[in-house]
Amino acid sequence: MTKTTEKTGYNERLEQKLATIFAGGHPKYHEKMKESNKLFVRDRLKLLFDDENYVEDGRFANVEAGDLPADGVVTAIGKVNGQTVCVMANDSTVKAGSWGFRTVEKIIRIQETAEKMQVPMLYLVDSAGARITDQLDMFPNRRGAGRIFHNQVRMSGMVPQVCLLFGPSAAGGAYIPAFCDIVIMVEGNASMYLGSPRMAEKVIGEKVTLEEMGGARMHCTVSGVGDVLVATEEEAISEARRYLQNFPANFAVKPERIEAKAAKAGRTLEAIIPENQNAPFDMYELIDQLVDEGSFFDIKKLFAAELITGIARIDGQVVGILANQPKVKGGVLFGDSADKGAKFINLCDAFSIPLLFLADVPGFMIGTKVERAGIIRHGAKFIAAMSSATVPKISVIVRKAYGAGLYAMAGPAFEPDVCIALPTAQIAVMGPEAAVNAVYSNKIEAIEDPKERIKYVQEKHREYKEEIDIYKLASELIIDEIVAPHQLRDVLAQRLSFYESKELPLPYRKHAITPV
Amino acid sequence: MKELKASMAGTVLSVLVGPGDTVTPGQPLVMLESMKMEIPVEAEVGGTVEKIHVEVGSFVNEEETLVTVAE
Repeated sequence: MTKTTEKTGYNERLEQKLATIFAGGHPKYHEKMKESNKLFVRDRLKLLFDDENYVEDGRFANVEAGDLPADGVVTAIGKVNGQTVCVMANDSTVKAGSWGFRTVEKIIRIQETAEKMQVPMLYLVDSAGARITDQLDMFPNRRGAGRIFHNQVRMSGMVPQVCLLFGPSAAGGAYIPAFCDIVIMVEGNASMYLGSPRMAEKVIGEKVTLEEMGGARMHCTVSGVGDVLVATEEEAISEARRYLQNFPANFAVKPERIEAKAAKAGRTLEAIIPENQNAPFDMYELIDQLVDEGSFFDIKKLFAAELITGIARIDGQVVGILANQPKVKGGVLFGDSADKGAKFINLCDAFSIPLLFLADVPGFMIGTKVERAGIIRHGAKFIAAMSSATVPKISVIVRKAYGAGLYAMAGPAFEPDVCIALPTAQIAVMGPEAAVNAVYSNKIEAIEDPKERIKYVQEKHREYKEEIDIYKLASELIIDEIVAPHQLRDVLAQRLSFYESKELPLPYRKHAITPV
Repeated sequence: MKELKASMAGTVLSVLVGPGDTVTPGQPLVMLESMKMEIPVEAEVGGTVEKIHVEVGSFVNEEETLVTVAE
């Protein structure tokens, strides 16, 4: 045998091994994936990365085992929108994407790489959970599965962390999505649960389907653990790419301004906003008139829809929008909307995305049901997040802003960089009807003649409205500016660019005791 | 058959359809009043109104059925 053929022999062995690794698990599992409209892990990565290019670490993990190519997870570095990112992607054709010792070690290493390079970390999850047969090697130890979550917590707010959920994320594995900034779920295939329906039936006697207990739609509408519900894996990947366009590589870098687009053609704000404070309208139509067309990325669209949260561009500048939705539950704030708002503010504040509050809020919900559910601590969580955000904060009072609703929506006391009122704005402890009733109920009841009573109430309403007239508040310097609705977009674009250099020192302490 | 439920506790301000009416998804069928706000409750599916369960002035709890729509 000549030296040359020896070398060829080496290469053949390498190529053989690589072919096995690239093929993934047994063909029958590939077939199963096709039947469920799922893509093979390497095809997912080709769609995710620019130009299909990536480098991979730990490719030969468990290569000696023969049937565990890459040990069921691909860990890679590639480019998304021209920005370097790190990725872990389960291969569910290999032992259902379950985690062995090397799987976990690979995930930990790619996280460490993302932290060292200060770049976003993406988790493409499709895994049955731990390999119980390998538990001592991968569960309780210092570099066991717990370290993955520990790293996620450590990296939170340092680099963007995105979860794309294509299949199950079971038991402990369900914490990967929970510690991410955002979770994109494919309807019909993605699921999250601590105990499977089979376990629930055995242990607590509950009979339930997987969809009901931990399906994508349930998590994106009811539990709020999911953020974006999509129909296909292709859509999940394109949504992840679209989301990341708004983010810098890490907390120390500011998001880039992109080319501006005009707002969508439509009715003016004057036409959209009803004069009657109590009448519903669609806040999405108003947002469309403020942001660059097609730029709005809705987060938790289907969960607590009375508060809209999404990232958009105004004149090419990135902005995180929180807007009350009068069309849903009157725009009243609940415990779930408070949770939604708080997490969204934390996300934007961590990555230097300025905040825009569009207030049209009757206040927080009242009644026994919400009190028992702790609406006060949920509201406190929302207000604490808003209050401690140091990014530029612009508060726009669209219509009413009553009670603690004004506080949650970055009212004047919470140091917004500006509090702008539209001419329809009404700021008060409560609305005229409730206030007059609260103050004069004894007097009103004492008036026997119904006509006289109505006249008295109307007079008090008029007095109350005069008392909270928006020009009076502007005159008292409570609000900073009154803007014609059709000029609002231009005013926001201008102010966002002026506030770009805002820097606020954090208070001297270890950390706040955040209400939860 | 799809039951349209109250999104939150409140009083029925108006009922905008009657039995036999054809409705489309997103169409407001009932207006509730809660927290002094007018709250539209919209059809989730298209179909024919089978039954109205409430009348103007009724107090309803969250998740209480307002209208049944036959798909």
